[in-house]
Amino acid sequence: MILKIKGGIELISIFQYSFMQRAFIVGILISVITPCIGVIVVLKRMSMIGDALSHSSLAGVTAGLAFGINPIASAVIFSIMSAFGMERIRKSFPRYSEISIAVITSMGVGIAGILSGFVKNAASLNSFLFGSIVAITDFELFMVIGLSVLVIFVFILLYKELFYTTFDEESAKFSGVPVKSINFVFTLLTAITISISSRAVGTLVISSLIVLPVASAMQITKSYKQTVILSIIFAVFSTISGLYISYYANFKPGGTIVLIGIAILIIVIFYKDVLKYIFLKKHTKSNN
Amino acid sequence: MDNIIEVNNLSFGYGEKFILKDVSFSVRRGDFLGIIGANGSGKSTLMKLMLKILTPLSGNIKMFGQNIEDIKSWNKISYISQKLNFFNSSFPTTVEEVVEANLFSQIGLFKRPKKCHKEMVYQILKKVGMEGYRKTLIGNLSGGELQRVFIAKALINNPEILFLDESTVGIDAKSEETVYSLLTDLNRNHGLTIILITHDIFQISHIANRIICLGKNGLLEQDLKNGMTEDILKEIYGQSLIDFKDKRWD
Repeated sequence: MILKIKGGIELISIFQYSFMQRAFIVGILISVITPCIGVIVVLKRMSMIGDALSHSSLAGVTAGLAFGINPIASAVIFSIMSAFGMERIRKSFPRYSEISIAVITSMGVGIAGILSGFVKNAASLNSFLFGSIVAITDFELFMVIGLSVLVIFVFILLYKELFYTTFDEESAKFSGVPVKSINFVFTLLTAITISISSRAVGTLVISSLIVLPVASAMQITKSYKQTVILSIIFAVFSTISGLYISYYANFKPGGTIVLIGIAILIIVIFYKDVLKYIFLKKHTKSNN
Repeated sequence: MDNIIEVNNLSFGYGEKFILKDVSFSVRRGDFLGIIGANGSGKSTLMKLMLKILTPLSGNIKMFGQNIEDIKSWNKISYISQKLNFFNSSFPTTVEEVVEANLFSQIGLFKRPKKCHKEMVYQILKKVGMEGYRKTLIGNLSGGELQRVFIAKALINNPEILFLDESTVGIDAKSEETVYSLLTDLNRNHGLTIILITHDIFQISHIANRIICLGKNGLLEQDLKNGMTEDILKEIYGQSLIDFKDKRWD
């Protein structure tokens, strides 16, 4: 009983620091929006888009730090511009869509490389590379809350339209879904999600936060709706446990969150393999 | 029977190469029209032109007496695309979710499906004998079952015309038989007009009441139901099929 109370106090004591309260709010919000976008990105087979846009957001962050603008705001602008640039390049190479990803990634790295020379405080840039969820300012907190609520609201509003467009764009178009507008809105949401998440987990690992929970959920779910819900549960679990572990073990939160996501994926794959093995064994026995 | 589709002097091509040239034909209400032809003869292109997915170079198409450019609501028409034969089978979605998706025009933008929509999905799945598979992942269905689901998806809006582009590609003979008998039932007993692109000239000559052939130079001949002539088969498919035809139609 004493141990239980002590453990409970330990679990709650983390919240006595306002930076941890902010980290939890931001972390949970981001872990709700990234799988919403991630489900569509993965099912459209565009997993690498996250990577390309995170590099663009890094260019935006560097520009922000170099010119004294809020880095998240400049990352949002850069990501949105890059997302539409990517769409345009894709139209020029319809059969080689990966070219657009490579071009935008290189452009992001190129701009970030040049502008990093103008950033006076290298530590601040570093915090965006690997994430610094505990260093979130009040302005950034409100920005993340506002944009996350917007992404969640639009995702719920366009839930069935996004599903149909992802499953079969041609049929969706034929049955009256405004596919072009839906794709436009989705591109905006993706860019916003990636740029605001870069502060929490870092631009180098954000694409894993988009893909990992969805990949784990897809292994065991039995519907699209379940995939969305389970992806969110996995992402929220990774974030909360990642924040706790990083706080007590003094690890970097971004990397810890991503590694927990990978551990979940490994466990899910292993669990599925075990189930398959048991089924096969039962089936062989009954045949004999 | 009245004409519900009229295709007049339709031409389509890329650059200087024509895929379809001066194609004209009509479809009557209640027709089961088969479209056959070799690969690259423009069968899918013709269907996409009829569905306004592509725009013709010249000519015009009328549907229900209206120029297709002026048609705003396509509720009376359903289409099962060739792409669905190659869809991502690991897409985590259920039969119910897939069929319900096509209710978009009835549910409306930004709105959530209601109980009545779920009931509509159940009833249409019952019609194609798939009501027991509502919660099944589409990736766990056989090719024939999947085609029945896609037919249910197409029928959910109660269309007057059903377009199918090579809907039986990649499925076994037994499943193919089930799909064809379902289509025949929908056409003969429910009055659904069906336009089906296929390579299976043997099956189509049994179930369709009209067949049109597309050759290298556009439309070769229509109403071939009572005569699949050697010249036409040779023109479309080459000599090897003549031997096949002799074996099957004798």
